[in-house]
Amino acid sequence: MTESTRIKLKTMNHVAAKAFACGFAAVAAMFAAGIASAEEGGEMQSAQTNVSNVTSLQRGARTYFNYCSGCHSIKYMSYARLATDLQLSEAEVLKSFAFTGARIGDQVVTNMPAESSQQWFGKTPPDLSLEARAKNPDWIYNYLKSFYVDPSATVGWNNTVFPNASMPNPLWELQGVQTAHMAPAKAGEEAHVEKLEVTSPGKQSSAEFDETARDLTAFLQYVGEPAALQRESVGVWVILFLVFFTFLAWLLKHEYWKDVH
Amino acid sequence: MANFFSNIADWVNERAPSMMPVYRKHMTEYYAPKNFNFWYYFGVLAMVVLVNQIVTGIFLTMFYKPGAATAFDSVEYIMRDVEWGWLIRYMHSTGASMFFMVIYLHMFRGLLYGSYKKPRELVWLLGMLIFLALMAEGFLGYVLPWGNMSFWGAKVIISLFGAIPYVGDTLVQWIMGDYNPADATLNRFFALHVVALPLVLLLLVVLHIFALHEVGSNNPDGVEIKKKKDARGIPLDGIAFHPYYTLHDLVGIGFFLIICAFIIFYQPTVGGWFIENDNFIPANNLVTPAEIKPVWYFTPFYAILRVIPSKGLGVFALAASIILLFLVPWLDRGAVKSIRYRGRGYKIALTLFTITFVLFGAIGAGKSGEWIPEIFGPTADVSGIDMHFGWMLLAIYFGFFLFLWVYTYFGYEKTKPVPERVTTHD
Repeated sequence: MTESTRIKLKTMNHVAAKAFACGFAAVAAMFAAGIASAEEGGEMQSAQTNVSNVTSLQRGARTYFNYCSGCHSIKYMSYARLATDLQLSEAEVLKSFAFTGARIGDQVVTNMPAESSQQWFGKTPPDLSLEARAKNPDWIYNYLKSFYVDPSATVGWNNTVFPNASMPNPLWELQGVQTAHMAPAKAGEEAHVEKLEVTSPGKQSSAEFDETARDLTAFLQYVGEPAALQRESVGVWVILFLVFFTFLAWLLKHEYWKDVH
Repeated sequence: MANFFSNIADWVNERAPSMMPVYRKHMTEYYAPKNFNFWYYFGVLAMVVLVNQIVTGIFLTMFYKPGAATAFDSVEYIMRDVEWGWLIRYMHSTGASMFFMVIYLHMFRGLLYGSYKKPRELVWLLGMLIFLALMAEGFLGYVLPWGNMSFWGAKVIISLFGAIPYVGDTLVQWIMGDYNPADATLNRFFALHVVALPLVLLLLVVLHIFALHEVGSNNPDGVEIKKKKDARGIPLDGIAFHPYYTLHDLVGIGFFLIICAFIIFYQPTVGGWFIENDNFIPANNLVTPAEIKPVWYFTPFYAILRVIPSKGLGVFALAASIILLFLVPWLDRGAVKSIRYRGRGYKIALTLFTITFVLFGAIGAGKSGEWIPEIFGPTADVSGIDMHFGWMLLAIYFGFFLFLWVYTYFGYEKTKPVPERVTTHD
């Protein structure tokens, strides 16, 4: 999508949003409040993902297959679909992603036996096909950035976005190791994490790691709804057609209604 | 060519002479008031959505596989691997919400202009039956994707029948065919959703329109246009439904479709309002969602259930909140139909009632948990405030019906004179 179509799209979104607000004032207000509050979501940072950026998705896929796919499946995706949507050849996909010895038509499923992982982590790592839809992209982005060492936790790691998650930080060698600064417990409250600090640096700077987390989030967002790529590009034409159709209908109506006094 | 078509028409007329008059009665010789405004689009929009639901629904049934083990996967299969499956599914899911949106606005129009009043009580009753059938249809359809909210929503809603004395628990098991919503439940819900209720809905819609066309449409002035007719017996303020209102409605349909397309292509979940996040997690009877709530169109009624601590009373109030709507034509004894000429009391009451309904929607959706700390500070007693505020709204909701009767029965309403003919048209 070029920049100019994106701007057009935005303008159109605004126009449609206005029509929506006019036509459905009361209910729309309710929705708006809901969407606004959903976007706030505590102190979450915005993931700023862009699913239509294929290179971002490619980088995200690389991170996913290097650091996540050992434990987590994305069973609703096939390698072939990844090749098509990420604009990679089947050979490239098999070489860079299919570490399990899978064939191109196979679903992306981990080789880790569910029973063993249940023993190791206390819970089989969930399938991530729909994670970005069950939570939301911002949640994933913040979750990926919020691991810290916690000797009291079973897996040695904890997470401020999802406390007591039974998952070690898979990206520690990139991000480095974060340590929590605890706020002293006030009366009637438990001690809580005030802020996280990288105490032992990783391969990436803080800004680089943000990009890695963003790309990985974008990839999971794409995996959650591969149709989003097609959906957004088709939508413009459908709406343009409908605007044209409505204009013609209005002209015709206007012509006939000249009789009505 | 014209000859060809008129030959066909003649051929049909010879064999079924009563068909053409039916078409004329409902289209070219159905005279509708010429002053319809914005609020008069929602009936035809509901028809458009109904057709959309049936057509997209037929395609969905070609790929959807009812059954606890297959349903969730088959929906994802539709979303990913079926050509344009995502579009069909989003058209259906958006259509469900838009159906309720237009029906609520359509019902509100009835309250605005007194469209339920004599001689249109039957039209209103049939409309209310459509609303009931639609609620059942929406609920059943919501269960089919077999997400976690489908499961827990089904469990909560079906358990409401448990409040019925003596037979409640047996009834709940009978409906589910199991002790929990399960495979049997999903299969029978599928059957009811795609066969039984669509048939009921279609029949009721036909009856609703036939009943309307017997008495003629009301209008924003609440004037009976049939009282002033020309020499040919055509109402002076009436215009033929076809072509005038078909074209007029086509423009409205166009605008409506633009809004729908915007949602389908750019906001298909509407931030979790049309498709909830928890429904992207497969049904799991061991993991309860953080907050069980129905999809937005049921939240006003769900709130009525929620603000009453006793389950039995809650279900009773829920039933009463809908039954009272059926009775509106007999509760409202006022002679003046349109809000334009009604007393100030009715205007205030309807405004309060509408605000209450929307606020109930927000409470039912769990919004008060977010809003109360923002308004009253983080230490506020959320459930206490929620409860008391809910009771106040409950008093307004039910008070509306009581007020309506007292206000009109004892003649407290001070109405304005109603004009002889309609006043405006575009």
